[in-house]
Amino acid sequence: MTQMNMIQALNSALDVLLTDDPDTLTFGQDVGYFGGVFRVTEGLQKKHGVTRCFDTPISEGGIVAAAIGMAAYGLRPIVEIQFADYILPAYDQLVSEAARLRYRSGGQFWAPMTVRAPYGGGIFGGQTHSQSPEAIFAHITGLKTVIPSNPYDAKGLLIAAVEDDDPVIFLEPKRIYNGPFDGRQNQSLRTWANEATAEVPEGRFTVPLGKAAVVREGREATVLAYGTMVHVAAAGINDSGVNAELIDLRSIVPLDIDTIIASVRKTGRCVILHEASRFGGFGGELSALVQERCFHHLRAPIERVAGWDTPYPHAFEWDYFPGPTRLADALRRAMEA
Amino acid sequence: MRDLPYGLIRVLDDGGDAVGPWNPNLSAEVLVAGLRAMLLTRAFDDRMFRLHRQGKTSFYMKSTGEEAIGAAQSMALDANDMSFPTYRMLSWLMAREYPLEDLVNQIFSNANDPLKGRQLPILYSARDYGFYSLSGNVGSRFGAAVGWAMASAFKHDTKIAIAHIGDGTTAEGDFHEALTFASVYRAPVILCVVNNQWAISTYSGFAGGESTTFAAKALAYGLPGLRIDGNDFLAVWAATEWAAERARTNNGATLIELFTYRAAAHSTSDDPGKYRPVDEAAHWPLGDPVERLRGHITRLGIWDDTKHEALIAGLDSTVRLAVKAGEAIGTLGKSKPSVKEMFEDVFATPDWRLIEQRRELGI
Repeated sequence: MTQMNMIQALNSALDVLLTDDPDTLTFGQDVGYFGGVFRVTEGLQKKHGVTRCFDTPISEGGIVAAAIGMAAYGLRPIVEIQFADYILPAYDQLVSEAARLRYRSGGQFWAPMTVRAPYGGGIFGGQTHSQSPEAIFAHITGLKTVIPSNPYDAKGLLIAAVEDDDPVIFLEPKRIYNGPFDGRQNQSLRTWANEATAEVPEGRFTVPLGKAAVVREGREATVLAYGTMVHVAAAGINDSGVNAELIDLRSIVPLDIDTIIASVRKTGRCVILHEASRFGGFGGELSALVQERCFHHLRAPIERVAGWDTPYPHAFEWDYFPGPTRLADALRRAMEA
Repeated sequence: MRDLPYGLIRVLDDGGDAVGPWNPNLSAEVLVAGLRAMLLTRAFDDRMFRLHRQGKTSFYMKSTGEEAIGAAQSMALDANDMSFPTYRMLSWLMAREYPLEDLVNQIFSNANDPLKGRQLPILYSARDYGFYSLSGNVGSRFGAAVGWAMASAFKHDTKIAIAHIGDGTTAEGDFHEALTFASVYRAPVILCVVNNQWAISTYSGFAGGESTTFAAKALAYGLPGLRIDGNDFLAVWAATEWAAERARTNNGATLIELFTYRAAAHSTSDDPGKYRPVDEAAHWPLGDPVERLRGHITRLGIWDDTKHEALIAGLDSTVRLAVKAGEAIGTLGKSKPSVKEMFEDVFATPDWRLIEQRRELGI
């Protein structure tokens, strides 16, 4: 075990994959020589060579198209889109090609590839470096969407994503690359040092896709979250005084529906927290699933706490960001209902 | 080299002789096999078009006038190379003797459809025949061909990729992204623009075809661009062989414009009389690719009208037999694969949603 922040854990995952499997390779903008703008691929080109880790043109569509062709050939490409905000030029490739290839070809071709992209706000990135686009991938059948919340999961889930035979969108919550963040922006920065989830094995291990983690157990309410919001939720639960169970979904497709149902049936209340805009967000799907499967156990309306339905604003970052106060308020409302 | 995109490479002259430096000097056997693949494509197209009119399937697209391209390229390249085709490349499969019955079953979406009822007619996929999965989205596989070629180079393999895009679709970003990647990584790929001059109802000028040639786009990417008479089986063969040699010797990609003419409608869903003169095809100066190859081998003394008529009659009955076999299984709506297939292959292993939804449908 070694102490790693999330960047180091992801770098370690890539290093393990490139070392173990000669059919893996990783590429993207500034990924090769420089090691990526967030340093996730630092040192990999030097260690594994320019054919295993390399730079690309500024062409998200071209990057993902090339990855699909490589995957169809039999490789396992891992590509980086520099910010999830910039993934949209590749959306056609992901939706029309990667997600449907196995289906439409009657199983003749498939695309085992992983698309990494830093996502989410809280870094004063404005509307082009802060978005959370998970819902637009979750809606596309044939794609898997994975979102880690700590270094251990980041490494284990990334290795599992690359081992997976389907295309995986791997969204990395960049606000917690260097340390957990609970949404209290006025407090001093924390690092991953001394966090239990920052104890990461140096070798190969996986965290299975589709298996949620119960971060803390509780009796009175269930909070569903992923990515940075897992840490915000923990703080909000503490503030609220509610004995709430916190579930880190870890992947939204495949979704661990059993863990969600078991928890809500036990607690009778459900609060969903995500950073993406609320309307049409993944919280809507979670809310519908909980309502369909736990209606007779619910003692309060399902609450959704999310980003507002505006673009991600620069000056109003902390008005937009769904922090622990809003989560705590929602939990109290659920208790009073 | 910089002049090539602005000329027109031809081998068969107007009299049917093979002339000039690009003559691939093909054997009589290969020439006849090429003619057979083209005629089979035409016979199949005509038969399926009629079956559509009879309501036996929902949709069809013919390759009429473009049969030389797929046939020559399919034969000129290796069995393990991979084509990323457009929907007018049926002659690729015909030249590689893909089973006609499987084509018919796909077009009928019947119980024996190799694509399990999931695809619109003619959007074939035939991995073992070097034919990548087609889709109704145009252009979006051009970049995948480059990636496939890069993977081959990555594995120190000698396989190459060939991709096709229509003249109209060169206006999509996919075209430019693929050319950039092919150039930057010196990918062993042949990128082809099939300039059949029509994108449904709009002529190639709407894709910039009046301002320059499509082959000339290669120059800005630092790639060679060849502009080929796409109705000339020999010229298509020679250019493909040239580009394949370049790719296999690690000298990089080539852009080939195949100048041809879409002689029939875009699909069963449009009437060309509404947007172009009805007799335009008859006036196309580069002629019918089938008649040109036929004229050439007739001049060589290895072919005559009797042989030609006999070949057509033979192919016609081959097609009829395949259609009969497909009809026996069932035409569209009369037979279909198990509905279970609707839920398979979405993922490698279905997740709980698909399992539940399948149960909800009672299967």
